[in-house]
Amino acid sequence: MAPPNGVSSVVLPLPSAPEERQWVMTLKRLARRRTALFGLAVVAVVILSAVGAPLVTVFDPIEQDINQRLKEPGWRNAAGQAHLLGTDHLGRDILARIIYGSRVALVVGLSAVLISGVLGMVIGLVSGYFGGKVDDFFMRLADVQLAFPFILLAIAVIGVLGPSLRNIIVVIGVSSWVVYARVVRGEVLSIREREFVQAAIALGSRDGRVVLHHVLPNAFTPWLVVATLDMARVIVIESALSFLGLGVQPPTPTWGGMLADGRVYLSTAWWLATFPGLAILVTVLGINLLGDGLRDTLDPRLKI
Amino acid sequence: MRSYLLRRLWQAVLVLFGVSVVVFLILHLTGDPAALLLPPDATADDIARFRKAMGFDDPVAVQYLRFLKGALRGDFGESLRHGEPAMTLVLERLPATFQLAGAGLLLALCLAIPAGILSAVKRNSPVDYVSTVVALTGQAMPTFWLGIMLILVFSVRLNWLPSSGRGGLEHLILPAVTLGLFTTARITRLTRSGMLEVLGQDYIRTARAKGVSEQPVVWKHALKNASIPIITIVGIELGTLLGGSVITETIFAWPGVGRLSVQAIFNRDYPVVQAAVFLLASTFVFLNFIVDVAYTWLDPRIRFH
Repeated sequence: MAPPNGVSSVVLPLPSAPEERQWVMTLKRLARRRTALFGLAVVAVVILSAVGAPLVTVFDPIEQDINQRLKEPGWRNAAGQAHLLGTDHLGRDILARIIYGSRVALVVGLSAVLISGVLGMVIGLVSGYFGGKVDDFFMRLADVQLAFPFILLAIAVIGVLGPSLRNIIVVIGVSSWVVYARVVRGEVLSIREREFVQAAIALGSRDGRVVLHHVLPNAFTPWLVVATLDMARVIVIESALSFLGLGVQPPTPTWGGMLADGRVYLSTAWWLATFPGLAILVTVLGINLLGDGLRDTLDPRLKI
Repeated sequence: MRSYLLRRLWQAVLVLFGVSVVVFLILHLTGDPAALLLPPDATADDIARFRKAMGFDDPVAVQYLRFLKGALRGDFGESLRHGEPAMTLVLERLPATFQLAGAGLLLALCLAIPAGILSAVKRNSPVDYVSTVVALTGQAMPTFWLGIMLILVFSVRLNWLPSSGRGGLEHLILPAVTLGLFTTARITRLTRSGMLEVLGQDYIRTARAKGVSEQPVVWKHALKNASIPIITIVGIELGTLLGGSVITETIFAWPGVGRLSVQAIFNRDYPVVQAAVFLLASTFVFLNFIVDVAYTWLDPRIRFH
């Protein structure tokens, strides 16, 4: 053992090897759940096809061709290329637009979750660790946030600021912190009373050190579960905003925007509105199943 | 118990205060509410005159207090488009939204609680399997797509139900199903997990050991304790339903507050937007206060905290 060099020697560094093994074990346990594995597969497919979109489809998602508008699923063009899911009212391949549309969904989902996740983590740590007036303030703030119908607040603010990728990410990100803050706070409240934390405090660790080295690592697991499940919610909200015309603007393909276009042609061309919605459904279902699986493997007691 | 309720009441008032600040700030997000409220072709002169007339030159705190004074009396100014007080317009539409949200909630409770209980009692049976799959799908289904698909099948193809407007019961069915499905899915899963947890507890085993038959064990002993988380989620789901009404009403041209506010946002009719957001948020706060009161009645432990 290393010679004692004051207080900090008591804080043992986390051994890295067992931690690694723990992650492998978690993954193995996750893989044993068929639904979680299905979720993981869906998420992987969505991410891979979004990244490698030009490799997955030969069609351009933006270029219009009025001569081949509203063609049924499976229709082949003059060059013999099949439009598996048909074409839209401007002659664009629906599958290509769905694949490229996933980029907006994923970018908004990941960025907004990152913003709200970090914000909620910080608020939850501060609120739970310091308690008292600080805690009261943030928890009332959380109540205020939750009092608003989320989508209504989002469209009102974006209506004022104007729709753009950045505004959508910021608005969703800034207003989604509550669930993270609550879960992290709850976790902190229980961790704070544990002996190893009390020991660190008794030995004179500063607040910042206790929070960063002892509380944060333990609060990370529930945070990750919340973040995964929240990603699904954000994707639905992004498509709802695009559906209302307040998302990323055309010609950039978005799932919600495609649905809004398809709604006009509902009685003549059902495939326009059907497939983008299925894409949202399957993606969200996949993320939810993965999130449920993560929760059951990592933290079964977590109630979210 | 009285002190608990008083504390909750005080918290609700604080939250409403916060709500009023946010609603006030919506108009000040860009820094110049005058430019926001006037048509885009207004001259700089018009804007300056309007700004002065509306008092937008005053310090923000003064403006907020003026706003709050109005808001407390339900006065959010006149609609820029309809020339009527904004609050009157919103209040006219409120019954339609309550009807829709109420129907959605009723549908959810009627389907979800039996389905959740059945799932829990017959765990890992085909019934449980089907109900879980339906619930998972329902939770992942975007409201607006579900609405459109229901219109495609039941209005366009089968011609059974009207696709828009408010009228008799037939007008209510599709929007209520659309709005209620997500809540149904959530409550089903919660009821199932709550019942499973309760059914595994000692007092249930005791009741069974005493010879109480299965029906009263499930419906009386277990459900009563499993209902506490259900009541919590109902309070939260009311927010989901009020928010979901924004999308559902837009799809089905349902003349409620949600559709009014979406139209108002596109018309840049901000007094109406503020009145609608404030009213829906206050409704949510009020209903959740009621839920808290219901708690103290259901779970006596809370009274003594």
